[in-house]
Amino acid sequence: MFEPNEMQRDLIDAVSVFVKDLIGPTAEHDDAEERFRKEYIHQMGEQGLCGIATPEEYGGLGLGYLDYAMVLEEIAKVSASYAVSVAVTGLPQVILNQWGNEDQKQQWLPALAAGEHLGAFCLSEAGSGSDAASLKATAVREGDEYVLNGSKYWVTHGGYADVYMIMARTGGPGPRGISCFLVPGDAEGLSTGRKEQKMGMRASPTTEIVLDNVRIPAANLVGNEGDGFKVAMTALDSGRITIASIAVGTAQAALDVSGGYACERKQFGKPIIDFQGVGFMLADMATAIETSRMLVHKAAWLKDNGRDFSGTAAMAKVVATDAAMKVTTDAVQVMGGYGYCKDHPVERFMRDAKIMQIFEGTNQVQRIVISRHLKKAYTAPQG
Amino acid sequence: MKIGVCAKVTPDTGAQIKVVGNGIDTAGIKWVVNPYDAYAIEEAVKTVENHGGSVHLFTVGDDSVVAPLRAGGLAVGGEDLTQISDAALNDADSLGVAKALAASLKAAGVEAVFAGKESVDGVSSQVPAMVAELLGWPLVSIVTGFETDGSTFKATREIGGGVVEVVSGSLPAVFTCDKGLNTPRYAKLPQIMKAKRKKVIKQDLAAIGLSAADVAPKATESNFSEPAARPAGRMLSGSVQEQAKELVHLLRNEAKVL
Ligand SMILES: Cc1cc2nc3c(=O)[nH]c(=O)nc-3n(C[C@H](O)[C@H](O)[C@H](O)COP(=O)(O)OP(=O)(O)OC[C@H]3O[C@@H](n4cnc5c(N)ncnc54)[C@H](O)[C@@H]3O)c2cc1C
Repeated sequence: MFEPNEMQRDLIDAVSVFVKDLIGPTAEHDDAEERFRKEYIHQMGEQGLCGIATPEEYGGLGLGYLDYAMVLEEIAKVSASYAVSVAVTGLPQVILNQWGNEDQKQQWLPALAAGEHLGAFCLSEAGSGSDAASLKATAVREGDEYVLNGSKYWVTHGGYADVYMIMARTGGPGPRGISCFLVPGDAEGLSTGRKEQKMGMRASPTTEIVLDNVRIPAANLVGNEGDGFKVAMTALDSGRITIASIAVGTAQAALDVSGGYACERKQFGKPIIDFQGVGFMLADMATAIETSRMLVHKAAWLKDNGRDFSGTAAMAKVVATDAAMKVTTDAVQVMGGYGYCKDHPVERFMRDAKIMQIFEGTNQVQRIVISRHLKKAYTAPQG
Repeated sequence: MKIGVCAKVTPDTGAQIKVVGNGIDTAGIKWVVNPYDAYAIEEAVKTVENHGGSVHLFTVGDDSVVAPLRAGGLAVGGEDLTQISDAALNDADSLGVAKALAASLKAAGVEAVFAGKESVDGVSSQVPAMVAELLGWPLVSIVTGFETDGSTFKATREIGGGVVEVVSGSLPAVFTCDKGLNTPRYAKLPQIMKAKRKKVIKQDLAAIGLSAADVAPKATESNFSEPAARPAGRMLSGSVQEQAKELVHLLRNEAKVL
C-alpha cells in the first residue's frame, strides 16, 4: 500500500503521458478564457478514464478507489479542472452502482463510463449549501411521470451534461422528504441559468440549472422516494476521496514546479533552496503532501475493503485540501514575483486549490462529520 | 499475417545519463520501450488491423524488461512477448543478439519483421540488418511510409537531400522504422489491465537451438566517456548596437553558425 503496484504504476504512467499531451497544451489558455472542452472528456473516456470504479459489466474498469485516487492525482497534476470533471461525471456512476436498479444501470452507466455522456450532480441551491437537507426544488408525481421545478446552483458541467442527477423534494421538510432523479440534459424545461465567473477551476463550467416543469418518466427515480438525501451523502462520502486526491495532485504539481525553480534560481550567489527559509518551506510542503497522500490512500483502502470509511474520507478531505491551499500558496512564495505571474502555473494551482476546501462539503462540514463519528465512538456502550 | 516486432527496453530519453566504469548508472532511470521500436509496434498493429493477423514481440533481456514491454507493447496491441534470456547473452554483441532474435523469429514462423531504425541507447543500427541477413530476407531500413496488401509491400524512405525513395518487394522482409512513419497510440487503461494477463514466452538459447559459443561476442565495448561539460554562458556588455555587433561576430567566428 505504500507504493503503487506494477499495474498501478502502468496506469499512472499511461495517464500522465496522455493527459499531459491532451490537456497540457491548452491548460493555461482555457484557464484564462474560462473554456471547457467537452471533447476532452470523450477522449479521456476512450482511454478508459471516465469509469474507473464502475464495474466492467457496465463498461467501466471495475477498479478500486485506490486506483481511482492515483489516476485522479495524475490528471490533477496537469489540470484540476479536468480531474474534477472526471470525479463529477463519476458521481452519477457511484450513485447508480449503489442505488440504481438493473434497468437504470444498463441504460445509463455504459455511456457515462465510456465518456460518451457527461454526468452532473445537483444538490446545492442558492439557499442551501452546507444545509443541503433544506433544499427547495420539488418533484411531483403525476401518473407515470415526475414533474420537477426549482433551481440548482453551482452545477459543475451545467449546460454540458447529458445526464443530471438531481435531488428534489417529494415529501415534507428535512432529509427524508428528498428524492434522487435522473434527468437527461435535453429534457424539456431544463435550462442553464447564469454561468459563474470563478477565481479558479476556470476550465470547469459551473452554472445554475433551472427546472421549469421538467417531466421525466417515474422510472428515473433512483432508489425510493425519500432516499435522496442518503443517496447524495453516500456519493459525497466517496466523492471526498476523489477531491482529496485531486488536492494531492495539485499540491504535488506545485511542489514539482517550485522545488525545481528553487534549485535553479540564484540570489546572493546561491540557489535559493540553500537558504533555510526557503528550504524549510519546501520541506514542509513535501511533508504535507506525503501526509495527505497517505491519508487519502488509507480512506480509499478502507472503502475498497468494505470498511467504514466515511470519517477517514472526511479527514483526508480536510487534510489534503488544507494542505493543497497552503502548499500552492507557498509555491507562489518560493517563486516570488515569477510565481505570482502567469508564466508559471503555480498561481493557477493556488487559485484552483481554494475551491477544494469548499465544495463536496466544506472543510467545516467535514469536521462536523468527523466529530459525529467521534461522538458515536465515545458514547457507544463500553464493552 | 503474423508479424514479429523486435523491441528493446531503453532509458527514457529524458533520463540523465551518467557513465560509471564501463556502463551507465542505472539508479533512478525510467525504462521504456525504445521510441523507434514504438513506431515499429504501431506499424505492425496498424497492419494487422487492416489485414488481420497478430503482432508478436521479441526481445533479448532479463526479467526487468518485461514490465516496460507489457506497458509499451502488449498494452497497445501486441499479442504476446517472447523474452530470450540467457546468461550467455549478458555480454552479447549485436551479432549475438541478432542470432538469438533471428532463431526465435524463425521458430515462431513470422511473415514480416518490424524494428526500430536504432535504439536510443546503443545507437548501433546493426541488429535488424543482421536479423534480415540471418533470415535471408530483404531489409528496408529507415522507413517513413509503409503499405502492404498482405503479400507485397511498398515502403517509403527519406534519403539524402529530402529525396523520397519508394522500395517495393514481396514479403517476408525486415523493416526498420523511423519517426514520421506513424504516431504511436496511447495505451488505454483497459488494455493495460489486459496486458497483465498476456503471455510472456521465456526462451533460453537451448530453446532456440543455439549455444553459448554461437553468441560469444566478437566485439566488446571497451570504454564510455561523457561529453565535455558545456562552457558557461557569456554575457555581452556595451550598448545595444555593440552587443548586437559582438553577437554576430561570435556567431560567425566562434560558433560558426552563420
Ligand atoms: C466551483 C464550484 C463547483 C461546485 N459544484 C457543485 C456541484 O457539481 N454540485 C453541487 O451540488 N454543488 C456544487 N457546488 C456547491 C458547493 O458544494 C457548495 O458551495 C458548498 O457545499 C458550500 O455551500 P455554500 O456555498 O452555500 O456555503 P454555506 O453553506 O453558506 O457556508 C458558508 C460558510 O459557513 C460555514 N458553515 C456552514 N454551516 C456550518 C456549520 N454548521 N458549522 C460550521 N460552519 C458552517 C461553511 O463551512 C462556509 O465556510 C460547487 C461550488 C463551486 C464553487
